[in-house]
Amino acid sequence: MQTKYRKFTKDNIKKDFRRNKLLYLMILPAIVFYILFAYVPMIGNVMGFIDFVPGIGFKGFFAGDWMGFKYLRDFMGNIFFYRLLRNTVLISLYNLIFGFPAPILLAIFLSEIPFKGYKRVAQTITYLPHFVSTVVICGLIVNFSLSTGLFSDISAMFGGPRISFLQDAKYFRTIYVASGIWQSIGWSSIIFLSAITGIDNTLYEAAVIDGSNKLQQIMHVTIPGISSTIIIMFILQIGQMMNVGAEKIMLLYNPSIYDTSDVISTYVYRKGIVEMNWSFSAAVDLFNKVINFILLISANAISRRVGETSLM
Amino acid sequence: MRKTFGEKIFVAFDMFVVGVLCLVCLYPFLYAIFVSFSDPNELARVSGFVYKTAGFSLDAYKNVLHNYQIMNGYKNTLFIVVTGVLLEFIMTVPTAYVLSRKNVLWRNGIMMFIVLTMYFSGGMIPTYLVIRNYGLYDSLWSLTLPVMLNAYNMIIVRTYMSGIHDSLSESAMLDGANHLQIMWKLFIPLSKPALAVLVLYSGVGHWNGWFRAFLYIGKASKYPLQLVLRNLLIQGSELSMLNNVSTADHDFVLATLKQASVIVSTLPILFIYPLLQKYLVGGIMIGSIKE
Repeated sequence: MQTKYRKFTKDNIKKDFRRNKLLYLMILPAIVFYILFAYVPMIGNVMGFIDFVPGIGFKGFFAGDWMGFKYLRDFMGNIFFYRLLRNTVLISLYNLIFGFPAPILLAIFLSEIPFKGYKRVAQTITYLPHFVSTVVICGLIVNFSLSTGLFSDISAMFGGPRISFLQDAKYFRTIYVASGIWQSIGWSSIIFLSAITGIDNTLYEAAVIDGSNKLQQIMHVTIPGISSTIIIMFILQIGQMMNVGAEKIMLLYNPSIYDTSDVISTYVYRKGIVEMNWSFSAAVDLFNKVINFILLISANAISRRVGETSLM
Repeated sequence: MRKTFGEKIFVAFDMFVVGVLCLVCLYPFLYAIFVSFSDPNELARVSGFVYKTAGFSLDAYKNVLHNYQIMNGYKNTLFIVVTGVLLEFIMTVPTAYVLSRKNVLWRNGIMMFIVLTMYFSGGMIPTYLVIRNYGLYDSLWSLTLPVMLNAYNMIIVRTYMSGIHDSLSESAMLDGANHLQIMWKLFIPLSKPALAVLVLYSGVGHWNGWFRAFLYIGKASKYPLQLVLRNLLIQGSELSMLNNVSTADHDFVLATLKQASVIVSTLPILFIYPLLQKYLVGGIMIGSIKE
């Protein structure tokens, strides 16, 4: 009924604007918002190359000397560079190795429960940690990690020592990754559980007739049935490899365990906001952001291609 | 169909593992409940693993509810949640509506303009400096204005609105309605499930957020609840809660206070939890259909 405008000819632009004036007015606040709160800070990233001058407002982003890649080189030559990169990558890697399969396993386990009520209660309980604030969760972790806390009790039960786990660098990654799994296992299982629900039931029936047991059904029907979802979620998580946020780490770490817990984002926070090395910290952040961007774009491109061939 | 012995074993094992996981997921919250209702003197005799209240006392809750910092944090957080959700609703709905219309020449361009910000954004430092330059430092608006439009949530609403059949808006057009009226009278009522996702995500996010406040709020009187909690639970600051307590009981009184504040701050989430479960599980599905 209505003509569709696809081509940006002069005539089309005029007609489209006349017809859709109200629509453009309705989306104007969003555009202003994105300029003010997304694009202005994005342009602000140039401060990684130009010395930021504080105290003179927005001019400060462009007023200083051109430094080029000096701050980036400073960072790469920094004694902490290797440690920050290692911690960031290792935390992501452990998250991938242990955190990625966990919700898949839970989804399979949930799907095999024959009692609806039990399953529903289990879902309700395992989703809960996802909605509780990081501050509360980290507060509990800090509490459990004391030498008089729960973790020491468990350690003592197995003949281990009673120690303050968050004061000892070698436990940080385990605590961070394990509590992350605890927080997200239920919520992340939803997408896999719904993929399992979508598997054609006749496949299971055929497997039963062929004499396969539960384990064989899981191996040969369930897992192949959700493999495309698994692959896409895996690729998307790889896209987040270099993106370890400061928010949770800053609640758990302290200077005595920086050796394993300090990551790029927490370093940026300390160098920038605390020590006010504005341009240096912005350059470090930008370094991280560019790697993130490349990873994310490639991951999305790959997952789209995989999605087209295997999902549809 | 009769179940074989092996299948029964499998189901029993399966349910046992899931049951244990449920206990692990639940325990920290039970711990908080038990400790918060405990008598500090009795608590001194129990070590890390707490599986019931030690004695019984409501003192911790009385203290928390009379504590100025916590109650002030509550007030600030309520303000942030209400304004934050309203702003996000007002910004997201028209944006999603416009981007769900088909014959808009600049639609894909605007979409790209928005999606780009999901891939590449200003870093922590430039964003911080820009927000300071806008004069938002130390203002509660610094916690809501810069996040009043979330591309991910907007796409969920847009995807949902795209699924509403064209004939509806077309016939409304023929009756002389304009886009604002169609959005208000037709699309908002029809998109309730997606809008519920938007409101709940936004509300829970604002309730639980602490990091932005940590960056942008310097005045203690403007701290939201989570930042007050962070100082209490993690920094161990005592918020002038312990005035007349002898040092011997000190640690245990503080322990009950901490857990009581955990419960008090998490209670609202538990109240709306049935809604969260109902709508947000659906939200994951809407979100995963496109983009």
